[in-house]
Amino acid sequence: MSTLTIRSLRKSFGAVEVLKGIDLEAQNGEFIALVGPSGCGKSTLLAMIAGLETVTSGEIRIDGRLVNSVAPKDRDIAMVFQSYALYPTMTVRENITFGMESRRVPKLQQDEAVKRVAALLQIEPLLGRKPGQLSGGQRQRVAMGRALVRDPKLFLFDEPLSNLDAKLRVDMRTEIKKLHHRVGKTTVYVTHDQVEAMTLASRIAVMHQGAVQQFDEPAAIYNRPANMFVAGFMGSPAMNFLPAELGEQGGRPVVALQTADGKTASLPIVQTLPSDTPRQLLLGIRPEHIYRFDPDLQRRKPGIAQIDALVELVEPTGAETMAVLRLGGKEITGRFDPDGTPRMGETVTLGIDMARACLFDPTTQRLI
Amino acid sequence: MADTALDQSLDHHAAAVAARRHFLTRLVIYGLLVVFAAIYLIPLLVVVLNSFRDQQEIARNGLISLPRSFRLEAWGQAWSSYCIGGTCEGMQRNFYNSLKMTIPATFISTVIGAMNGYILSKWRFRGSEALFTCMLLGVFIPGQISLMPWAFILGNLGLSNSTYGLILIHVIQGISFTTLFCRNYYVSIPDDLIKAARIDGAGFWRIFRKIILPLSSPILIVTVIWQFTGIWNEYLFGVVFTSGQQQPITAALVALTASGTNVRAYDVMSAAVLIGALPPLLIYLFGGKYFVRGLTQGAIK
Repeated sequence: MSTLTIRSLRKSFGAVEVLKGIDLEAQNGEFIALVGPSGCGKSTLLAMIAGLETVTSGEIRIDGRLVNSVAPKDRDIAMVFQSYALYPTMTVRENITFGMESRRVPKLQQDEAVKRVAALLQIEPLLGRKPGQLSGGQRQRVAMGRALVRDPKLFLFDEPLSNLDAKLRVDMRTEIKKLHHRVGKTTVYVTHDQVEAMTLASRIAVMHQGAVQQFDEPAAIYNRPANMFVAGFMGSPAMNFLPAELGEQGGRPVVALQTADGKTASLPIVQTLPSDTPRQLLLGIRPEHIYRFDPDLQRRKPGIAQIDALVELVEPTGAETMAVLRLGGKEITGRFDPDGTPRMGETVTLGIDMARACLFDPTTQRLI
Repeated sequence: MADTALDQSLDHHAAAVAARRHFLTRLVIYGLLVVFAAIYLIPLLVVVLNSFRDQQEIARNGLISLPRSFRLEAWGQAWSSYCIGGTCEGMQRNFYNSLKMTIPATFISTVIGAMNGYILSKWRFRGSEALFTCMLLGVFIPGQISLMPWAFILGNLGLSNSTYGLILIHVIQGISFTTLFCRNYYVSIPDDLIKAARIDGAGFWRIFRKIILPLSSPILIVTVIWQFTGIWNEYLFGVVFTSGQQQPITAALVALTASGTNVRAYDVMSAAVLIGALPPLLIYLFGGKYFVRGLTQGAIK
């Protein structure tokens, strides 16, 4: 059993406030991802959970115990650093046992723990080597081994994959996920990579400018982003935002958009709107919710609305093809199946899945 | 085919020209280097040769000339029997004085420098940068300025005319340099290592012993060489604060040259100078490459 509770946590460096009242909680065994652009305060938050940074105000509780001024070593946590922070003069085995040595764990128990972790991470052949003799992926494993061996209450990861090359990063991501399933420890994972956050986390906290923008399950973050920052940050290519006007057609609410030829197109709104909805809106559509229109599609997905757009650029990636489309005065990105890709210069009729669209208030930037 | 053959022969010619030019450039460079090396080495050579020449032969043929005789007596005299200011036991006592002063002073100032460097780079506190800047001033202040204060302090501590007084002076005077060296080296050790160790339950001393010290050998070698040669060769404090049998070898050497009662014994002087220069020279010969490596290399490769 281990939980993490953070209440209105603040951190200032001199006059600069880097964390502005953070509220977070992790249930037992949960995998929480802190995600955000660099400088959003996520690493500072993690360092405060670890006890490496002091708390300006607010509280951090591990298993209900207030740990604000508890030393890192007494918080019962383990941390994996971006740089791995392996002790360069020690062998892999010594790196893994250093923490137990510090805590005067009996030798026999240490050996058993090393054996268990080495088997779990498949690093037995590396135990006698120095970190300098290991590849990036191996160092990563050893760093995780050092954290795992302690059986702590809380696992902290600080961008552990960002020093690996692209392919290895995907492999290690899968491995971390498997590991978490097997070990089931409460984990806080800092990353700037929204894909990592989406794939690993049971809940994601999206951070920006020292504040949590949204704290929810991955699907909710992705499908119902609380504001335009979250909508734009999560998902790649990013969500398209189109200025639109609220209207009515046949007694049902619609949004009116400028199309390529200067006309207005009305797209029906599926969701029910609150009464104080402003007339000027921003329509948010993810690239994968833009299709080539055909009647068959409309039968399968009832929320599909038609609109014409000019294809300005086509970017094939192999598995899918991105197309830059001009709609009204704006450029938007659509994600297409390589078989049905529109051609450059062509005007296509798009089918937009309005059931998946998000509406934002342009002044507050909040989701409606 | 014909074209390529022609090209190849042309290339061959061009390569030969380039090789000859390369050879000539090398010749000029090495020639100049040999000349400069000779300029630096000739004084040393003169002293070395004179230490083996007979005194009368030096008097006859002049200080700078090729040896016509070879004898080792001068070394023996310089070491154990030559008379300086009334005592006739050579330089040996002063040599031991220098060792007794240099070794502890080097060791203590290096240890303090390492500790200071560790604290100032890895356990920063409010005002630690200002403190470091103040300590740096010591690097730029010449020793002469602190002569009077030291005279006052040694007098009050009852350490005048003793090796312990000189040890104290050299430890304090050396801290600026050793701290600067170690602090700048430790800055390049990633802070993440310290953080990881703190989470692993290691405290201030354990981190120093288990993580910092094992990484420190390059900079400790630099510091030790620097301190040893500096303290061994130091003259001013030695000559001001000690006299006679308490003097380190540098001060004694001057006393030796000044104690010219009759003829100047150039052979003995040369041998004495070489005896005095030997320890730093040996350290440099064996540690020189580590010195350069330690100065240029960071903590983590």
